[in-house]
Order: sequence, then C-alpha cells, then structure tokens
Amino acid sequence: MAQSTTKKKSSARLIISGLASIALFTALFSNQELVSNLFTRGGLYALLPIATALVFSYVHGSFTGDFWTALGVEASKKKVEVK
Amino acid sequence: MHDAIASSVNFINLDLITVLYLFGVGFVGGLVSGFIGSGGAFVLTPAMMSLGVPGLVAVASNMAHKFPKALVGAVKRFKYGQVDIKLGLIFGISAEAGVLYGAHIQEMIKKTFGDAGSNLYVSLAFVVILAVVGGFVLRDAIKTYRSGKTDEKETVGKLAKWVQSINIPYTMMYFKSLNARISVLFTIPLGFATGMLAATIAVGGFIGVPSMIYALGVPSIMASATELVVAFVMGMGGTFKFALSGLVDIRLAMLILGGSLFGIQLGAMGTTYVKPFMIKLVMGTIMVIVLVSRGLMVPVYMSKLGLVSTLSEGTVAVLKTSSFSIMVAALFIGAFIILKAIWQGRRAESLQLAAEAVAHGKV
Repeated sequence: MAQSTTKKKSSARLIISGLASIALFTALFSNQELVSNLFTRGGLYALLPIATALVFSYVHGSFTGDFWTALGVEASKKKVEVK
Repeated sequence: MHDAIASSVNFINLDLITVLYLFGVGFVGGLVSGFIGSGGAFVLTPAMMSLGVPGLVAVASNMAHKFPKALVGAVKRFKYGQVDIKLGLIFGISAEAGVLYGAHIQEMIKKTFGDAGSNLYVSLAFVVILAVVGGFVLRDAIKTYRSGKTDEKETVGKLAKWVQSINIPYTMMYFKSLNARISVLFTIPLGFATGMLAATIAVGGFIGVPSMIYALGVPSIMASATELVVAFVMGMGGTFKFALSGLVDIRLAMLILGGSLFGIQLGAMGTTYVKPFMIKLVMGTIMVIVLVSRGLMVPVYMSKLGLVSTLSEGTVAVLKTSSFSIMVAALFIGAFIILKAIWQGRRAESLQLAAEAVAHGKV
C-alpha cells in the first residue's frame, strides 16, 4: 500500500516536472528569433543566457532526476562511504 | 524566420537530425562528467563545429551548457556526501583567473602565429599534459587493480603528505575532503593551472581532478565531485564573458544541456556503485585515447606552419577524420566503462541484499 502511494507520488512528480521541462523547451524554440536577438546584445543582456541556463538546470534537472527514479535507477542503497 | 536567425547573429539553423545529434552527444558527455567531474567538452566543441558552428560560438555555447550541468551534478553528488564545497569554490575562483590568463595567451599566440600556430599550441598542450598526467593516472589505476587492493581505503601519496605537512602562517585552511589543514598557497596555483588548461583544451578537470588527488590527497570520488563545483564557477564566469560579446547560442547550449542532464544524473549515481580506482581508470583511459587523437593533428599544423614538409590534402583529410573519430571513441569508451561498472555494481548489490534477506529469514 505504502509502496503504491510512493510510486503514484513519483509518477505525478515525473509528469509535472516533464510538462514544465517541455514548456521551457517549447518557449525557447518557438521564439528562436526573439531569443537569439535579445541574448546576443551584450552588456546587461549577457545575464539572460545565465538566468536561462539556471532555470533550465532546475526544471529539467528535476525532470531527469525523476525520470531515472521512475525507471528504478537510483543510487546505491548502501551507506555511501567516501574512501 | 530561421534564415533571419542564421544571418542576424551568425547562428546555424536547427533541423531534427542536428537536434538529436546534440542531445545524444550531450547525454554521453554528461554521463562522463557526472562520473569523473569533467570531460565531454573536448568532443562537444568539435562536434558543434562539425555542424558549421563558428569556433568561438561553439566554445561559448559549450560553456553555457557546462555550468548548469555541473551545478546539477554537484547538487546530486553533494547529497551523497562527496563534495567539498569550500575546496571547490577556492579552486574555482583561482581557475577563473587561470581561464582569463589562458585566453590571453591564446590570443597572443593567434596574433603572432595565426590559426595554425594557435592550433599547434592547443594540440601540443593536449599531447604533453595528457601524456604526463593521463599516463600517470592510468598507471596508478592499473597498479591498484593488479594489486588486488581495490576495496581498501585510498592512501595519501608522498607529495600530498608533504603538502599537508607544510605550515605557512595565515594561509592555512581546513578542508573536509582532506580532514586536514593545508595552505591555500598550494590550492591557488593548482586552480590557476586548471583554468589555464580549461582555456586551452576546454577540459580543466584533466588537471583539476588529478591535482586534487595526487598533490592535495583528496579521495578520488570526492575530487571528481568537487571538480563539478570548480566547473560551475569557471563555466558561469566564462559564459558571462562570452555573452558580453553576444557569442552564446542559447539554443545549442540548452539542447546539449537537455541530453547531458539525463547523463549527469546517471553518472553521478554511478559513483555510488563503484570502487574509487574506477574514477582514475575512466579518466586515465579517456586522457590517453584523446592524447592519440590530438597527436595525429600535430603534423597537420606543423605542415601548415612550414615546420615540416607540406602534407597532401588526402593525408590531411585522413588525419583529421581519424583524429575526430578517435576523440569520439574516447568518450564512448569512457561511457561504456561507466555503464558496465554501474550495471555490475547494481547487480552485485541486489545479490547481496537478497542474500541478506535470506540470512535474516525474510524470504
């Protein structure tokens, strides 16, 4: 029962993070011209690629983590001992 | 609309094949980076250039995917207790200075000797550093494997013991990865060298990780995880610098990031299944294969500079293709060793857990 609830929760998280990730990529690629022009203006506009990369790393990073978890690929269950 | 993008900022148009290609190369690069802390960049930049992306845009876009990737990897490995944030930040800031100085040297060489001179310098740096450091790392990994002591705790080498024994007042700092205090006067030049290498051959980790292991005494798994912090600091600074000149193609960067974040999660998880010498084995193997790849290009650039007799166009084409193929092979061989090690580690763990369950009468 508890295992099934956990599985449901991780599937829901995967769907939400997946949709958010797809939304980000769609937004970027459906506005290629505007994005490319704005992001290459230099000066303070140089912060735009940095901010974009950080947002993608958070959203898409969460999705890729959830993706492997949903597939059952996880870190070793043994206590990680750094030698 | 696509043509407008291409002409306005000199960026390439993207079709489905290009998108899948970048995503795939990003995945393999991410897998290797998640495991050894760096790598991948040496293939990603030429891979983008092979699509017609101008060199500087390729370098800039590669850097813009590298720092968010490193951030995700560092966070993941921090959860496993493998990251020394303080060491990573100090190394990273010194590396940033190294990147700026390295880029300045590159510009000077390019101005004096042209493109061929600059390429020869990069290739020679690859060959010399990878031969010395890569050869040493691989030899050490093989020695550990042959000794049958792969399960034992890594020992601190003579050089690292000496570094840890030196006390220079007002410069000493405690690092948790060492469980010792060392002088930052040792970490700063090592970080600087990492940055200089990053500016020259795009993979600072080939100096960063071995120097943390052999010169400071950081365990291999922690060194490779801490390198991700270094890559984050260095990559973010580098991206900002390139973005000021409008050189970052965010579309390319995010496509590669799209694939590499799948890879980096897997590579980071992989470190929890393997023995520490595997980090050295993968890193040393990649370094030595890349050394062969770059070595093949040395006669091409020497011929262009008139230092040796002119090579025929056919010979140049064969050398270039072989060099690129070997470089891609280096990345894939590294990825194969990692995936195999993860698979074996997971299998061994599930067998062990099953045996324990039987022993405790749970089954």
